[in-house]
Amino acid sequence: MFPLNNPTQKGRRSERWSEWAIERIILASGLLTIVFILLIFTFLLKDSLPLFKVYPLKAFLTGRDWYPISDPARFGLVPLLAGSLAVTLGSVIIAVPLGVAAAIYLAEVARPSIRESVKPVVEMLAAIPSVVFGFIGLLILAPYIKSLFDLPTGLTALTGSIMLAFMALPTIISISEDAISAVPREYREASLALGATQWQTISRVMVPAALSGITAAVMLGIGRVIGETMTVLMVTGNAALIPHSITQPVRTMTATIAAEMGEAVQYSEHYFALFSIGAVLFVITFAINFTADIVLHRFRRVGR
Amino acid sequence: MRPRGIGEWLAYGLLYLSIVLVTLPVAAVLFILVSRGYSAISWEFLTAMPRMGMRAGGIFPAIMGTLLLVLGTVAIALPLGVMAAIYLSEYAGRGRLNRLIHLAIVNLAGVPSVVYGLFGLGAFVLFLKIGVSLLAGCLTLALMILPVIITASEEALQAVPQSFREASLALGATRWKTIWNVVLPSALPGILTGAILGVGRAAGETAPILFTAAAFFLPRLPKSIFDQVMALPYHLYIIATQVPNIPQNVQYGTALVLVALVLLVNASAIILRSYIRRRRSW
Amino acid sequence: MEKTACIIDVARLNFYYGKFQALKNISLQLESKKITAFIGPSGCGKSTFLRTLNRMNDLIAGARVEGKVLIDGRDIYAQDMDVVELRRRVGMVFQRPNPFPMSIFDNITYAPRMQGQHKGLDDLVERTLVRAALWDEVRDKLKSSALSLSGGQQQRLCIARALAADPGILLMDEPCSALDPVSTLRIEELMQDLKNEYTIIIVTHNMQQAARVSDYTGFFLSGELIEFGDSNKIFTKPDDKRTEDYITGRFG
Ligand SMILES: Nc1ncnc2c1ncn2[C@@H]1O[C@H](COP(=O)(O)OP(=O)(O)OP(=O)(O)O)[C@@H](O)[C@H]1O
Ligand SMILES: [Mg+2]
Repeated sequence: MFPLNNPTQKGRRSERWSEWAIERIILASGLLTIVFILLIFTFLLKDSLPLFKVYPLKAFLTGRDWYPISDPARFGLVPLLAGSLAVTLGSVIIAVPLGVAAAIYLAEVARPSIRESVKPVVEMLAAIPSVVFGFIGLLILAPYIKSLFDLPTGLTALTGSIMLAFMALPTIISISEDAISAVPREYREASLALGATQWQTISRVMVPAALSGITAAVMLGIGRVIGETMTVLMVTGNAALIPHSITQPVRTMTATIAAEMGEAVQYSEHYFALFSIGAVLFVITFAINFTADIVLHRFRRVGR
Repeated sequence: MRPRGIGEWLAYGLLYLSIVLVTLPVAAVLFILVSRGYSAISWEFLTAMPRMGMRAGGIFPAIMGTLLLVLGTVAIALPLGVMAAIYLSEYAGRGRLNRLIHLAIVNLAGVPSVVYGLFGLGAFVLFLKIGVSLLAGCLTLALMILPVIITASEEALQAVPQSFREASLALGATRWKTIWNVVLPSALPGILTGAILGVGRAAGETAPILFTAAAFFLPRLPKSIFDQVMALPYHLYIIATQVPNIPQNVQYGTALVLVALVLLVNASAIILRSYIRRRRSW
Repeated sequence: MEKTACIIDVARLNFYYGKFQALKNISLQLESKKITAFIGPSGCGKSTFLRTLNRMNDLIAGARVEGKVLIDGRDIYAQDMDVVELRRRVGMVFQRPNPFPMSIFDNITYAPRMQGQHKGLDDLVERTLVRAALWDEVRDKLKSSALSLSGGQQQRLCIARALAADPGILLMDEPCSALDPVSTLRIEELMQDLKNEYTIIIVTHNMQQAARVSDYTGFFLSGELIEFGDSNKIFTKPDDKRTEDYITGRFG
């Protein structure tokens, strides 16, 4: 028992010092996350800006031809952007209704035993590597699409959209389900007590109340799909053309990077051009994720 | 639940349908992989070097390469991620900086994997001159799974009751000793779950190692962390698209091994998590 | 109250949770090796006051203190005050028992181990458990989890754990509120026994308990210390009408 007016105990001095050091290290690790995101952006810029010394930015952003190894080379982003958008749009059309419906089912309708057995399946879906989706799409889905639409090749935007839809589903389902489950139970009870049926309660009270959370879920799903690489590389045919129908082959931004970086000479125009695509991708996904997080954050504050 | 009228019957029907459409393909994929791939699986397939331009022999170096990549990745990402989570949960408070770090994490989680690959190439392989290597691949993958680990660890730390912290502090323990002796042990299973999920993610990714670590064909094990490695997902990509005349059962067999590995890892995370939920005594 | 025995000296203490003022201009002096009880209706600031004495309120974001608290003559809110040292001097037992999810042994030796003591722990465990009147019940299962004990046993374990830190001043926030009458009685006896060595400050909702165990009593009402003095006097002829209303149960 040491009264407080005793001089500081000896042990405390080294303890205080190590405490101080550890706190600095921990603070530094926290700040590192911010440093990393800045570093990624910096490196993307560093290796993409040199392109625009020799190739006009406007021609990159609005060019309709991507011929990286012709002479002179053409680095037009438009067909790649169009490819990414086509595939993404297609997968959103498939995945959003499916995912939201599944989330509603899991959150509001399913018995606990069913919920507990379906959720691991959704997690499994999230865990399957994208290269396996590409593989299945290539060997199973593509031949089927080919004969169904009587096409010269089954490697099309549609094939990519279908495979990507499955990759977006886990994100959409689990975040939407969280959002619906987070709606205060009083809302449901109030509605049921007023004589509404369960379906009316779901469709007029629960889902609208969770709407911003569901919106965020959809956005995060889109973010995942736009950035997906291996699947589209394997199943969309990789023709750098602006598609006129979903049964045409397309080439996305991600697939272009993956397919061409291996052959691009270090610090060549082509290399810089591929980094430029990376920078565009980064900006797009950053915007999507940033917005989704703001929406989710607000939802959490209001929702509870 | 009792549907009223045709509209509601339809609505519920669609909900059921959605679940079928979500779960059935998973089952179908597993069924296809197993039924077409199992004939390739043998002791030799798992433990031998590839032969005849990868058309025969085994996939041993690819399996080992993936294991090494994953080990290195976790060794880098786990300490860093847990410390960042400790900062967020125990030190940061609820202020601006906390929000900023969370935004950074959300965006790190959203960066496309191929962009991680670009960053790894630009920063580790070329700028730091590490070269295409196991190390560069681990660093890149570590960055990619950092958000997974931080998020899971932070959640686990926040689930530790405040009363544990109060009790320890009131006994004259310092903040760090409280974290080390009371908070971290209680959060450990949750943190492990996050780490395992990160492992599953790292094991299955191809794009980040495409230009940073992966070797097209390398029928030996890496000698140092500066060697290139083969990796299971990249190997599957290669034999599915880049090399002609690979027997189909070898392709399916490789996919089956990869999926089995990843699902095994994830299943152990799920089991661990449900164990924690059941056992949690506070 | 003789100045010589004063161990805690609180002067014009204000406390805020953000904008909300939970303690208003509290001044009092607490005597060494005595039991002081604080009573008052729920939400009046008793716990808040107790937690200002070992700075547990530091953990709460947006909390703010004005005024002075001197313990052993030192201003505990001064810049150079080491909070860890303070909390080693001023122990605390919480309203709800909060043992760590560790063995009974590890719970009790937590603070000594934290301070670098690794010898004589067996003796220490026995000694503190005996003092906390728990030894007989747990002597055979020191290695089993503290969470397997009953609520009353857990609370006595928490008291033993606090004693093992060798604090000198012990804050107890409604230590018996979760306990049955037998356990409550035990803990009251324990307090009487500890009084020879420890300065004990207890918050309680139980008027009989305050009257039974304490030497001094303070009455709080919505953040103010209405009356403070000898327990006998407070419970027999209080100066303030509001105190009288409260202890006679005529209070809303
Ligand atoms: N963390 C906090 N943040 C904001 N206000 C708080 C906080 N803790 C307590 N308060 C408020 O401060 C006031 C005093 O609370 P305190 O816990 O000290 O009361 P108490 O006298 O101990 O009550 P009880 O007898 O119910 O334990 C109450 O009005 C309470 O709502
Ligand atoms: Mg209280």
